[in-house]
Amino acid sequence: MAHSPEGDAEVEPPSAPRPVMEAVGLSRSFGPIEVLSDINLAIASGEIHAIIGENGAGKSTLMKILSGHLAPSRGQLRLDGTEISLRGPVDAERRGVVLVHQEIMLAPHLSVAQNMFLGRETSRGLTLDDKAMNARAMEAMRAFGVEVSPTIPVERLSIAQRQLAQIARALLAPHRIVIFDEPTASLTPIETEALHRLIRDLKAKGVAVVYISHRLNEVKEITDVVTVLRDGKWVATRPADELEPLDMARLMVGRDLLALYPERSPPPKGEPILEVAHFDAPGFAEDASFSVRRGEILGFSGLVGAGRTELFEALLGLRPGHGEIRVRGQPKRWPNARAAMDSGFAYLTEDRKGKGLLLRENLATNLTLAALERFQRGPLVDRAREADALDGAIERFDIRVGDSSLLAGQLSGGNQQKLLLAKMMLIDPEIIVIDEPTRGIDIGAKQQIYRFIAALAAEGRSVIVISSEMAELIGVCHRIVVMRAGRVVGEVSGEAMNEHDIVVLATGVEGEANG
Amino acid sequence: MDKAVLSEEKAKAPVRRGPRWRIDVSAIAPFAALALLAVFGAFVNPRFVGFENLSNVVTRSAFIATIAVGQTLVITAGGLDLSVGSMAAFVSGVAILFLNTGLVDNPILLIGLTMLLALGLGAACGAANGLTTTLGKIEPFIVTLGTMGIFRSLVTWLAQGGSITIRSPGLRAAYRPIYFGDVFGVPIPVLAILGVALVGSFLLYRTAFGRHVMAVGSNEDVARFSGINVTRVRTLTYVFQGLCVAVAVIVYVPRLGSTTSTTGLLWELQAITAVIIGGTRLQGGVGRVWGTIAGALILEVIGNIMVLSDLVSEYLIGAVQGAIIIVAMLAQRSLRGR
Repeated sequence: MAHSPEGDAEVEPPSAPRPVMEAVGLSRSFGPIEVLSDINLAIASGEIHAIIGENGAGKSTLMKILSGHLAPSRGQLRLDGTEISLRGPVDAERRGVVLVHQEIMLAPHLSVAQNMFLGRETSRGLTLDDKAMNARAMEAMRAFGVEVSPTIPVERLSIAQRQLAQIARALLAPHRIVIFDEPTASLTPIETEALHRLIRDLKAKGVAVVYISHRLNEVKEITDVVTVLRDGKWVATRPADELEPLDMARLMVGRDLLALYPERSPPPKGEPILEVAHFDAPGFAEDASFSVRRGEILGFSGLVGAGRTELFEALLGLRPGHGEIRVRGQPKRWPNARAAMDSGFAYLTEDRKGKGLLLRENLATNLTLAALERFQRGPLVDRAREADALDGAIERFDIRVGDSSLLAGQLSGGNQQKLLLAKMMLIDPEIIVIDEPTRGIDIGAKQQIYRFIAALAAEGRSVIVISSEMAELIGVCHRIVVMRAGRVVGEVSGEAMNEHDIVVLATGVEGEANG
Repeated sequence: MDKAVLSEEKAKAPVRRGPRWRIDVSAIAPFAALALLAVFGAFVNPRFVGFENLSNVVTRSAFIATIAVGQTLVITAGGLDLSVGSMAAFVSGVAILFLNTGLVDNPILLIGLTMLLALGLGAACGAANGLTTTLGKIEPFIVTLGTMGIFRSLVTWLAQGGSITIRSPGLRAAYRPIYFGDVFGVPIPVLAILGVALVGSFLLYRTAFGRHVMAVGSNEDVARFSGINVTRVRTLTYVFQGLCVAVAVIVYVPRLGSTTSTTGLLWELQAITAVIIGGTRLQGGVGRVWGTIAGALILEVIGNIMVLSDLVSEYLIGAVQGAIIIVAMLAQRSLRGR
């Protein structure tokens, strides 16, 4: 039996079934820094075990150790009661331990089916059995309610669909222990629901599931046991039904949380500052019309594939599109992002790592990239002023870096998001579009981002928030536009801003709401 | 007032990417390699370190070095230019034909005009490459493979299969110092290398354009989303490449006084080799102008050492240079730590 460590006496789940996998005194250091110390953990079959903690709490390191990607510096890993040492992820998979990565690791040019079966292709005689693989891939995606051809290249899938394809791929291997690292970070409620169904099926089959998520409501809803980590140390392991999301957050942060969402300012009146009418982004959005006022926070909700991101990318001239755009009543045409920025319109991409930041460059280079002309003296880039701007941004947006010479890729998700926000604020936009502002970032950073959004609106800027997390839209927005299948299907505000009404609009189905 | 922001305590994630790889051993590596080679050279033949020999080596590396500076910017922006050798031949052919028209009587003025013409033509050739890849959305490899053939065959056609030679002996004498002359003992081609490298490193490291070049090569999407005109940036790197080729041509013409269909053959490969040895990332995003210069010198020094020593037949120069590229890449990989 795992023992309870000294210090606060937290309780083991009362009727803990026999653990399949155990960690005993597990530690891991990188150089002099110990990122994981003395973790004890018991994972039982037929149990969904949540691991939560802020970014940097050591969740990912722990997962990498459990799945053989990383060896522990100290401590034991036991499978079925016997000590093992995993030689690598392949060894782990052979023993039935499967990790579903948070980052998408699929070959973009290969098809959905080719990716799913990569390295374990089905053959018939000497040739690949594409028919069978395609059929199984299609079936696997359908289980998530996603209808895509298994023969299209993965690069044509949306991020959510890629995520699902990756989950499906992981589950093709024989598995007894499945570790999900933030599987729902890019999923909308419908897909999340489908994934949860699948996880419950796994549980029913006696599979042990480890589930990492920042979405505490989800953790509450689906998991049986919750283990909380903080600063690389074990904090608590408790049955999920004894914990409310706020309790979890408190354990994660180590003290009381203020309200997650800032106080909402009264909805602004007045003329719209941006009006978009009959805008088409061929293949993605059709006849979209909306407007936003000065100081207003406007939400965009919808399922994955509803065309929200593509609509805004088309507005910016980053993909083909046409329609009417007016800023303060003046018609505008934006052939490229620069033109939009010059009209005071900034867009923060949902794809921080792919389209937002240069991961191999330092923070100052990233910060000033969109507004470099402001840092020029003659033909020269003034590095001293860049450094000052970085100091200012670190201060204003509370970007937590020990060392400002880090590379953008070395920051946590929350700090990357703050850096991206700081970068776009340098162009001093009147209208800021933030696509998935809190995807994959911890609750502390989330709360800060919401406050930044409120502060930007209070300064008289207009903020458009695109999000798949309905709760956050309801929490921060004055008004929410709902899109479905490339069309704006409705708008809710005030009392009507509730999950039920939004889901009904987003899906067009009355019955399935209230997930 | 503990109502401030939520997590005041440092919830700092320790940096997990292992050692900071920007200690930049890879930036120093080409210079270290060059120094090692020089020591080795002195060891096998004391004549190697003589001023005359060294100055000769550097002078001879001028063509590849100047062209490679342009290539450094092109590659840093995520492009590639295979046409530079043919372009050099084409530009020098046209330049000599222009000299031969004897348009102006004053030889200095005529040579000056020829230089301007070469620069203009180089820039135009570069612009053609750049616009075709960017606006036509065609891989630079393919575009410049095409223009490589086009420029090469234009030279052959202009020369009618033979050679294009400066006819007037007077002009030849007047032009001669550009390659053979010196300023305070520094050969003019060496000054050309320095000049081009200074301009290149100034552009790349100190200007917004250079920053944009790195961004475009590092991640084109990020650049576009940051409002950078990717087409313009990429195209300009090719124009700069064309100008560098023109500088090389200006220095080259007096050396031989003629152009044939084999002028500049395989220069593109040598230039790309120099860039890669110098530590520039072939996929773009990281450019090292001075490393490129070191790379070009390394190529020339190897040849020189092989001529001065009897270790290996000089017919194997190509093989040794080829091996150097591979070794350089292996070294870079291990320096990057993965």
